[in-house]
Amino acid sequence: MKPIKFDPAVCVNCDTIDCLMKCQYISFTDISEAREEKLKINDGRDSRVLTQCLTCYACQEYCPFENNPFYLLVERQEEKGILPAPKPIVEEQLRMMAPRGRIAPQAVSGPVVDMCAFPMLTGCVRGKLFEGATTIVGTDIFCNIMWLHFAKNSIIRERVPLMIDNIMSFYLKNSDTNELVCFHDECYGTYTSVADAYGIEVPFKPIHQFDYYNQRLNVLKDSIKPINAKIVYQRPCSNRLSPQTDKVLDEIFAKIGAERVPRKHDRENALCCGGVPRAHQRDELADELVDKNINDMLSVGATYCVFNCPFCMATLGQEVAEKGLMPVLVSDLVQIALGE
Amino acid sequence: MTTDLITRLEKIVGPRFVSGEAEERYLYSMDQGTMPPAVPDAVVMPKNSDEVQQIVRLANELKVPVVPMGAGLVLSGLTRALKGGIILDMKRMNRIIVVNPISRYAVVEGGASQGMLKAYLKKHHPGLKHSMPDAPPIATLAGNVCIHGSGHLSVLGGSHSDMLTGMEVVLPSGEIIRTGACSVSPDWFGRSPLPDLSGLFLGWSGTTGIVTRLGIKLFPNYKHNDVLIFVSEDADLMPDMISKLTSTQVAEDMTPWMSPKPDWARGFLHINIAYGAHSKKELTFKRNLMQASVREYIDRKIAGFLPLPPPQKGRFLKIPSPDLARFADLRKGGGFEYVGAIMAIEHFPAAYRAGLAIAEKFNVGYSLGARIIGAGHSMMFFFAYAFNRADAEDVKRASEALEATNTAALKIGGIPWKAELPAQKQIIEKMDPNTFALMGRIRSVLDPNHIMNPGNWEK
Ligand SMILES: Cc1cc2nc3c(=O)[nH]c(=O)nc-3n(C[C@H](O)[C@H](O)[C@H](O)COP(=O)(O)OP(=O)(O)OC[C@H]3O[C@@H](n4cnc5c(N)ncnc54)[C@H](O)[C@@H]3O)c2cc1C
Ligand code: SF4
Ligand code: SF4
Repeated sequence: MKPIKFDPAVCVNCDTIDCLMKCQYISFTDISEAREEKLKINDGRDSRVLTQCLTCYACQEYCPFENNPFYLLVERQEEKGILPAPKPIVEEQLRMMAPRGRIAPQAVSGPVVDMCAFPMLTGCVRGKLFEGATTIVGTDIFCNIMWLHFAKNSIIRERVPLMIDNIMSFYLKNSDTNELVCFHDECYGTYTSVADAYGIEVPFKPIHQFDYYNQRLNVLKDSIKPINAKIVYQRPCSNRLSPQTDKVLDEIFAKIGAERVPRKHDRENALCCGGVPRAHQRDELADELVDKNINDMLSVGATYCVFNCPFCMATLGQEVAEKGLMPVLVSDLVQIALGE
Repeated sequence: MTTDLITRLEKIVGPRFVSGEAEERYLYSMDQGTMPPAVPDAVVMPKNSDEVQQIVRLANELKVPVVPMGAGLVLSGLTRALKGGIILDMKRMNRIIVVNPISRYAVVEGGASQGMLKAYLKKHHPGLKHSMPDAPPIATLAGNVCIHGSGHLSVLGGSHSDMLTGMEVVLPSGEIIRTGACSVSPDWFGRSPLPDLSGLFLGWSGTTGIVTRLGIKLFPNYKHNDVLIFVSEDADLMPDMISKLTSTQVAEDMTPWMSPKPDWARGFLHINIAYGAHSKKELTFKRNLMQASVREYIDRKIAGFLPLPPPQKGRFLKIPSPDLARFADLRKGGGFEYVGAIMAIEHFPAAYRAGLAIAEKFNVGYSLGARIIGAGHSMMFFFAYAFNRADAEDVKRASEALEATNTAALKIGGIPWKAELPAQKQIIEKMDPNTFALMGRIRSVLDPNHIMNPGNWEK
């Protein structure tokens, strides 16, 4: 087993302890307390952070040195047998999302769009935006990043290489492309950030959905009818693993005439949608997060609430719609601008 | 005699509503369960209490059995004409007579279906609902109450016979009587404070009379509804978990389920908990109460609530639930039967283990589960087996499994519910002999010619 890529010396010399000082869910009296807790984690000692963590992934982004604080935290949780969620909840989901071995070779040609384990989303891949695309989907290619929320690095280590192997041998190996468009932000995070930190080899080139849309919009620029609408954006946990793509999203919005109205809980201050805390049996906190997010969205006045992650949309979509905002995925919004 | 019977029945209900034809007699000879067919001589569909009365008088005169039938969905063969005679199909008597929105009850005719009352309330009284079973919506209210059914409000209101407020019944001798408040008052508000005669017709499998009207309790139909699914892995903890969850008295329905399908569910014990409220705030308050009741298990990380995003909840909030009907076709061929045994909550682990052992022994597809009745006062534990009706071996295996289940349920301390013939005999075997003797005396008084669904509840 390869250890998580992380250098304790970098933390020892760190002036800011941003990973913990910026955490929106755990408070520290001062930087020295945060430092003390971080060093405990690094050394494998007990730390209250290990039990209080919401698993929001944000510290991955906060660390200015890319020292993988969140992946290490999950590693320590698992080593110590700390369960963020009750065992049966984790075990049942582990089975639900297990590879079924029902995958069969399929002729694909670019662009190949990875829909992760969610067949209900394949309907999103349509029209000019995805012209000529092939979709691949199923639990045999599930990115498995969700186990970061459940202290299960071991499952990531076990299943991700298998998924990568499936993607290559059943789809990409005999195709005309080596690129995989990740419709799901989490897949991109897995095949870039996680793979790098966990020492997992990725033989294909993952393309983030935003990079793909951005490029397509260049090609389709004559078809764009700017939507001229204000939008609020719900940034998901997984986007902390590829923060550079947030700027690409700005370019997309600019191209389609969508104004991303600044709100308190966007960008680096994005708040969890409330989905994962429910699995952790912290429903009252989840309610609070839902309220904070929605009140924040409503306070700035927008027409659309744009989601990157389908799970965030499932968690918040209904409530958002009841409050008068239209919930859409980024791909939906782009398609609206393309007149589809 | 049969020609005479048909002609005389035609005189009562008109020729369109009587049949002695082979096709109808075949269709009415069986239900979807495992009991062998028993062919009636005639099928008749009366339109009102008066016609029912005339049919019963005719049956007495000709000494022909009468088997009351609602939708015939009981699955345990209780609407088969074991000794021939007339099947009295109540479906034409389907009027909703009155709804009292203040005292919250409805009075319906003896053939009114669950689906009809649901649709009627939705249209005319959207703030009210009744407790639906998971049976197909054509199932009748009377048939279900008569067998002590249970449904989506059973944690709140107990079994459906507990929700009964009164009845009009055509006795086997032909008189029409009323039980409950409606025997004295124009209102059908309840069964107290009178001597409670309703029990003479509840659980008797149609052997003591024909219910032509009944009153049933209605409940608030909340604007906001939600479902929780509590999951654990240890059957021994279930009684305490159920007891704690019901102690909050906010759930409407609570249905544990354990199934080997889908694959991910095997070995886990789930409790679906449905509840409703007038506002979101109240809903959250109720959820918090239930979560707090089992917090000790959550903190020990040995049980928890499944995180269900709102779009995934719709399926679990469907009434009736489609899941049992889906299971019914597991083996194709549409064969499906379950032993439901009413028992005390503490027997959950023993019932669960017995179900697993029997399914393995007889190699039958199974689904185990329960419906909690009252605030944790008892439960209907079900052992459901699917089989292919076209495969005789499969039917035999399922029958044997059912019989073994009845034996096991009785041994545990439970009582098979809506018991089919062999199970009735097993129950009688265990029953206090004086109780059984009294049942016989009551029947002879009510039904001197022994015409009502004979063959049932006999040694
Ligand atoms: C998929 C499925 C799910 C089910 N789920 C449930 C459930 O959740 N809860 C539940 O309680 N049951 C359930 N059942 C069992 C059964 O279908 C129901 O209880 C149903 O309500 C029985 O009503 P019925 O009209 O079909 O009665 P029938 O089968 O017609 O009759 C039942 C008994 O009552 C007698 N009877 C019928 N009508 C009268 C009358 N007017 N006067 C006197 N006696 C009468 C009959 O002689 C018979 O003994 C389910 C069945 C299926 C197939
Ligand atoms: S993980 Fe990053 S931010 Fe945190 S202490 Fe180490 S170097 Fe600093
Ligand atoms: S993952 Fe989120 S909650 Fe956990 S320590 Fe990092 S920033 Fe805090």
